[in-house]
Amino acid sequence: MTVPVKRGDGRVALTYLAPALLVLVGLMGYPIYQLVLISLFDYGQEQVSGGAPLTFLGLGNYARLLADDRFWAVLGQTVGFAAVCVAGTLLVGAALAVLATRVRAWARTTLFLAALGAWATPAVAGSTIWLFLFDANLGFVNEVLGTTGFSWTYDKWVAFGLVAAQVIWCSFPFVMVTLYAGIRAIPGEVLEAAALDGASTARTATAVILPLLRPILVVVTIQSIIWDFKVFTQIYVMTNGGGIAGRNLVLNVYAYQQAFAASEYGLGAAIGVVTTVLLLLVTAGYLRALRRGGEEL
Amino acid sequence: MNRRVSRGVAEAVAVAAAAVVAFPLYWMVLTALKPEAEVVSADPRPWTLAPTLDSFVRALTVQSFGRYLLNSLVVATAVVLLSLLLSFLAATALTRFRFRGRTTMLVMLLVVQMVPVEALTIPLFFVMRSVRDVAPAFGLNHLGSLVLVHLAFSLPFAIWMLRGFVAAVPAELEEAATLDGASRSRFLWTVLFPLVAPGLVATSVLSFIHAWNDFLFAKTFIISAAENQTLPLALQVFVKPDQNDWGAIMAGSTLMTIPVLVFFIVVQRRLVAGLAGAVKS
Repeated sequence: MTVPVKRGDGRVALTYLAPALLVLVGLMGYPIYQLVLISLFDYGQEQVSGGAPLTFLGLGNYARLLADDRFWAVLGQTVGFAAVCVAGTLLVGAALAVLATRVRAWARTTLFLAALGAWATPAVAGSTIWLFLFDANLGFVNEVLGTTGFSWTYDKWVAFGLVAAQVIWCSFPFVMVTLYAGIRAIPGEVLEAAALDGASTARTATAVILPLLRPILVVVTIQSIIWDFKVFTQIYVMTNGGGIAGRNLVLNVYAYQQAFAASEYGLGAAIGVVTTVLLLLVTAGYLRALRRGGEEL
Repeated sequence: MNRRVSRGVAEAVAVAAAAVVAFPLYWMVLTALKPEAEVVSADPRPWTLAPTLDSFVRALTVQSFGRYLLNSLVVATAVVLLSLLLSFLAATALTRFRFRGRTTMLVMLLVVQMVPVEALTIPLFFVMRSVRDVAPAFGLNHLGSLVLVHLAFSLPFAIWMLRGFVAAVPAELEEAATLDGASRSRFLWTVLFPLVAPGLVATSVLSFIHAWNDFLFAKTFIISAAENQTLPLALQVFVKPDQNDWGAIMAGSTLMTIPVLVFFIVVQRRLVAGLAGAVKS
């Protein structure tokens, strides 16, 4: 509800907004502008310390990236890794949300408490715990499987799989809780009406429950894509900075390593711009597809 | 009968899933409580008969986790308080006033949430380097720099989320307050603020977790001042090839997880309601 317009409203509103605007412009707006700017220059250690003049490269950094096989490999890995994480998170989250509606309160509470624990674990702590569980010599998993000495972080794909499992572990609770709330919000009458009309369970699920849940599914899917596309901590901690010879790099970690480890700030910024654009494209494309499907957000 | 059997199966699956999900946390606490000899045993057992707090003592004293814990608390508390204040004011302005550029601002808040925080590490590093020359406490190597970035990153979502709560307070209430002679700021703080408390709680949890979990910015901004490091990075620093003190690391992880877990359990109902509210609006 908006109060009717009074004189001086604009000024009061601005006073209320000013502090937040100041922070947002200074620490989000300006850095976004700077990111694009830095990506257009040859910005190395000498330029940072002021020992060498800046060279304007235009799209030079981008051209260098596009011609680099490694960039394409990392891009492919990032998309594949994010896709696996998103699919896994949604599958586990949705399955457990449905399961939670089918059990009595005590079982549901047990499940939710466990999920709450995984959700609350900070990424660094979670990554470290998983590393210890899967440790080659001291890890419990190798002990149980009888594979003592097997390194889960040595092979590129096994390492990616381990990180993906950790990411799914800490992100499915959000999907589960949100979907569970959504299912619970469906009025009982709707389901009764479907039952009276003789709809089977499968038909009720696809023709009644799923359409009603779609807005929530959209939100959790977009959130998962955005989160999983920019996983940083788990990759960094679990594969020790991107794996042996950088085999487990994703775009975010790649950009970070280029900038802060190799002192190629311009190139790192260019990767950052590419990541941002990709993410905005994914979000926009997804929203458009949904709107075309007649969905209101 | 059939129904009861299928419910029994569902419950068994639910409990099994809960056990799998909780296991890493159980292992963390267990390892933190095990005596050192059991931790480094090549034959790890899922229980211990001689629990001890040695690992916690080691973590807190030898590895000065206490200091890092305090740093993390200071940063997260400052972020929560500032973000509450700023987002409440901004959300009020955006929902209860009509002015030019209001819609644009709302759209910008939404778009900004899509920008990957990680991509901004490079320019923010330079921003913090220049801030250091003007206001050292908010520049590189100081906790203030972390407070500033986390404040910026939690604000868009906080404002967006609070909007719904502020809008839900009926306009008649404000008219009545005005008729009773309450000034605008009096209405703001004594009427509106308490009424949107559930929203404020949900928002602060998210800001808190955001600041508490941060690894990337602590790693980038706190370069040479080890005493100003926060927990996530400290934990990582103690992981050394071939000589990990896993007991202390797991004790540190436990200390780091508990505040968030407590926060979650206390506010879980409101958090879910807040999430549902944000989804709906």
